[in-house]
Amino acid sequence: MSALAKLFRTTAFKLALVYSIVFAVAASLVVMNVGRSVRGVLEDQIGETIDADIRGLSDQYAQGGVQQVVQSIERRIRQPGGDIYLLTTFAGEPIVGNVASLPAATLSSEGLVATTYQRPGEREAKRRAMARVFVLPGNYRLLVGHDVEEVERLRKILRQALSNSLVWLVLIGAIGGLFVARRVLIRVDAMSESAAVIMRGDLSRRLPIEGSGDEIDRLAVNLNAMLARIEALLRGMKEVSDNIAHDLRTPLTRLRNNADAALRLTGDPATLHETLDRVIAEADSLMRIFDALLTIARAESGSGPKMEALDVSRVAEDVAELYEAAAEERGVAFAFAIEPGLVVRGNRELIAQTLANLLDNGLKYGTPAAAGLAPELRLIVRRDDRLVRLAVEDRGPGVPPADRDRVLDRFVRLEASRTLPGSGLGLSLAAAIARLHDGALRLEDNAPGLRAVLEIPATTSAPPRIGPQGDMTRAETG
Amino acid sequence: MSDMRLLVIEDDSEAAAYLVKAFREQGHLADHAADGLDGYARASEGDYDVLIVDRMLPKLDGLSLISSLRAQKIETPVLILSALGQVDDRVKGLRAGGDDYLPKPYAFSELLARVEALGRRKAGAGTQETLYRVADLELDRLSHKLTRAGQEIPLQPREFRLLEYLMKHAGQVVTRTMLLENVWDYHFDPQTNVIDVHISRLRSKIDKGHDTQLLHTIRGAGYMIRDGAA
Repeated sequence: MSALAKLFRTTAFKLALVYSIVFAVAASLVVMNVGRSVRGVLEDQIGETIDADIRGLSDQYAQGGVQQVVQSIERRIRQPGGDIYLLTTFAGEPIVGNVASLPAATLSSEGLVATTYQRPGEREAKRRAMARVFVLPGNYRLLVGHDVEEVERLRKILRQALSNSLVWLVLIGAIGGLFVARRVLIRVDAMSESAAVIMRGDLSRRLPIEGSGDEIDRLAVNLNAMLARIEALLRGMKEVSDNIAHDLRTPLTRLRNNADAALRLTGDPATLHETLDRVIAEADSLMRIFDALLTIARAESGSGPKMEALDVSRVAEDVAELYEAAAEERGVAFAFAIEPGLVVRGNRELIAQTLANLLDNGLKYGTPAAAGLAPELRLIVRRDDRLVRLAVEDRGPGVPPADRDRVLDRFVRLEASRTLPGSGLGLSLAAAIARLHDGALRLEDNAPGLRAVLEIPATTSAPPRIGPQGDMTRAETG
Repeated sequence: MSDMRLLVIEDDSEAAAYLVKAFREQGHLADHAADGLDGYARASEGDYDVLIVDRMLPKLDGLSLISSLRAQKIETPVLILSALGQVDDRVKGLRAGGDDYLPKPYAFSELLARVEALGRRKAGAGTQETLYRVADLELDRLSHKLTRAGQEIPLQPREFRLLEYLMKHAGQVVTRTMLLENVWDYHFDPQTNVIDVHISRLRSKIDKGHDTQLLHTIRGAGYMIRDGAA
């Protein structure tokens, strides 16, 4: 497709064309209107002049008869100008005048009429005039008129000007249209080129932004934001499918092996029972993985459950009370300090689940590596400016700073913990729930141990919006 | 507890056959309806103790079925089975008139325990007992006083609610998730055996020093409080 053909098909060009046409029509109407008015005014003026002349001449006739009229006409004829006079007998014989010939019908017409005439000494040239015939007493016919060739010339000039300006109008409109169209077209082309690259699979590509902040820029900015979101979602999906392939195969294989073993077992029903129990346990752990994945996916797609004003302190107390006995049974010193009455906008079930996950982790991984340290687990909930910080601290080996972002990803389990049961989804679930609450999950050094902090914006006193990643890096205290 | 009349409304014939067979093995009478309309017709005619309703059904979906039954003043307890296990789905199910909600996949022991709890509720409907008694264990729900063989045992508020729920369902299996849901009002699945620890603390309070154990662990299912002699 040639550049010109492409141009013809653009919206901007079509708009420019339509506008030129509308302008041309409007201009023509204006010029025609002006022409008509000018002509009307001139004709009125001519008519008045003629009437005045006729009145003057008939006064002359009344005063001095036909003789005086003839003299008066002769005098006026000698003066240069566009006035025409003709005095005839009733039969039409000319007595005096500056008209060589004119259509016979003109002399018998009434009122102001348009006619043609010929001047004495001029050949052929029929001139146009406005004239009026007046019958004087004594049956003379007096024709007084005015040459309108000049008016006609004015009309011609106007018409000429109109057609000239029409040409210019259309030309300028078209050029302007082409210019605008080209400017827009170049940017739109750049956008669709980028879009084409993106469609071919390069999701990291973004649409060009000029920085002018106009409509096209705003569109590009919004589309870029949309692309970023799509990219993040797709990356998440890809990670999930990769990880499902990798991490679900292991428990599925175990499940299958156990079922297979049960099938080939003969004799001892107790062993068979035990094997089938293992099959069910494996199936249950798979269900838990799917549940966690589903919750993460829901939280990340933003279509989470209902949020309401929630006394998060009470939720924390509940969960602390739920875990207290379990910690004690494991010989873990469990302490909690919960500032009462903290309110956030959130979902009770999900926040409780997050805290439970963190406490599960603390109990599971919080065994001190160094000798001489007593296992310790603490749940500390307090308000820190605009954030409610729910911190779970343990005295375990902690998470090395380099791994802190990574362990929030799905299925990531550090080498040291691979031998312990778990899906590797607990922290990513907690992080997803934190994001769903416009908050963040932070892993900090508890020196020694891990401090996992769930930060959620407090709702009392102007709730602030914290970005999903909210990277106002906090100093690592403790 | 046995001999309940159950109606399984489930379009997956394999799952339904499994449930019907399993319920019958437990001594219950179980019927099957394969779609929502058939289920609605049977539920409104038959005298069932508990309805087990799949949420997604052909012809009439589970939630509409329940709403229609409730509109007809049919108050048969309903347990909803659903592949939708998220918090909001549960809320919707209960709001439509369901009495319990169990996400798929589930363990049959869990389903059985919940169905029996619902059936018991129907049988004991209207009788708001103020005193629960199992053997020589007595729980006064008004004064929150617990005695075993006349000896008063002090209880924490949570322990009271835990025991209250167990005694309300005396003689029935109560699962860990049922306890977490009804005593703590949470629906997630803790990785730590938090419920077991609470139960063992409660057990040491009520059973320690007595010959007859009342609070039993039912392997692979949950817990039950009952007179050991029974």
